Amino acid sequence: MKIRLGEIAHTRSGDKGDTCNIGVIVFDERHYPALVREVTAERVKGHFGEMVKGEVERFELPNLGALNFLLHQALGGGGTVSLRTDAQGKTFGAGLLSLEIELPEPAHE
Amino acid sequence: MIRIANGQGFWGDWLEAPVRLVEQGPIDYLALDYLAEITMSILQKQKEADPKLGYARDFPPLVARIAPRLRERGIKVIANAGGVNPVACAREVVRLAPGLKVAVVLGDDVFGRLDAFLAKGYPMRDMDTGEPIAPIRGRILSANAYIGAFPLAEALATGAHVVIAGRSTDTALTLAPMVHEFGWAESDYDKLAAGTIAGHIIECGAQCTGGNCQVDWQSIPGMADIGYPIIEAQPDGSFHVTKHEGTGGRVSSDTVKEQLLYELGDPKNYITPDCIADFTSIRLEDAGPDRVRVSGIEGGKRPPSLKLSIAYANGWKAVGTLVYSWPQAIEKARAADRIVRQRLADLGLAFDEIATEFLGWNACHGPVAPPNPDPPEIQVRIGVRGSDRKAVDRFTRELIPLVLNGPPGATGFGEGRPPVREIVAYWSALVPREEISTHVEVIE
Repeated sequence: MKIRLGEIAHTRSGDKGDTCNIGVIVFDERHYPALVREVTAERVKGHFGEMVKGEVERFELPNLGALNFLLHQALGGGGTVSLRTDAQGKTFGAGLLSLEIELPEPAHE
Repeated sequence: MIRIANGQGFWGDWLEAPVRLVEQGPIDYLALDYLAEITMSILQKQKEADPKLGYARDFPPLVARIAPRLRERGIKVIANAGGVNPVACAREVVRLAPGLKVAVVLGDDVFGRLDAFLAKGYPMRDMDTGEPIAPIRGRILSANAYIGAFPLAEALATGAHVVIAGRSTDTALTLAPMVHEFGWAESDYDKLAAGTIAGHIIECGAQCTGGNCQVDWQSIPGMADIGYPIIEAQPDGSFHVTKHEGTGGRVSSDTVKEQLLYELGDPKNYITPDCIADFTSIRLEDAGPDRVRVSGIEGGKRPPSLKLSIAYANGWKAVGTLVYSWPQAIEKARAADRIVRQRLADLGLAFDEIATEFLGWNACHGPVAPPNPDPPEIQVRIGVRGSDRKAVDRFTRELIPLVLNGPPGATGFGEGRPPVREIVAYWSALVPREEISTHVEVIE
């Protein structure tokens, strides 16, 4: 079944220069394998489209049921250079919650 | 066990937080983080205007306000409030709170040594872009090495009530009391990594106690009197994250996990001057109401280089806004943007970038924003940046005329023309660790 990422995970995002990081954390560790399978670096880059000019890197933290994404060249130059409202990438995490993913079973039983 | 609290996640954080931390329950150390990446350059400019300034000016009055409690309860304060003038900061603390002993950590400021570094063959390429430093050399405003926990621990060993550093890392403010109290050595990699991760958890203040937390945010109690975080640290490197009893907010594995992921890079290689911490080794357990136990942390040897935080002038920018109302708010806002761009082009003005956002439409989420086909109002926000200050200044005069000579229904111009701001950009580079030597000065 198709669901939105926000049904199984929460996020927090921030900045390092022109790179935005998004931490994605599953509410229930049973969903971690689905998170790893579905939320790839390619899908995250595709989701944000023109907002991310550079590459997207992904790191796994199975101990926290979490993935960490680095979205390079995503903040209009970053820091004080950027002309964006969200120059620090604070809302990118919320923006990822609408990503559609495929779950083998209902998210809530 | 020692209790280390964080009462300031950045310069501008809640003024009441540190006062409440010393009033509402037991703590041994109060860590206060004042520096963002470009703060040093702002402070450098203030020092150039007045040699007595160049530090976080909120800090000395805060210390004076809590000084009676610090003495009564034996609480030590540790802060990177010194900026580019830590000695002046310490003198002001002593002036406002007579009788306090203040220890200052010096040696991070390398502004005057950059040419010597270049002459020695350190290229100081930007760590993000790999570009050489030569083209920006003449525009550098400040340069500081990130200092770790050991120089801060040395300052604590003087018995000072207050330790003031310049550009120390945020995490070192939390790790230093552990190094001082537990006698950890530079080779205690796992323990240093544990203290570093404790520092990462609390360095943004209430962002680990329910602030900015997505999980059930409407159920988080008492956000108006949110408790700031406290680490209860053990000599073996394990620790609890908690907050004072009776304060608002929440500490749970959810709130702590969100903060662990905040501004994280490669989780296996979290590099500080003190160690390399491995975030994939962290074990978290909920250990009662508003208590999370953290253990199992592993780390590696500190790197041979130290990172420099360099700020440089990089042109000018201005950002202005207008509000368009229903009907056709978005169409009007888009037309306004096209008109401004046409007029700038007709004036022959060139910019490095012109960026437009429509607040209420796409500013935060761009193409990911949910559709909003007939918004009641839209704020158009246009920004420009470039090296020609006059061009940027001319841009600031091109928005308000649209109220009378553009699409109908424009308002929200009451603040007048937007200000032109100098862009102070950030450059990070590495130098060999041996180049940076710190020392401690006591002022009382």
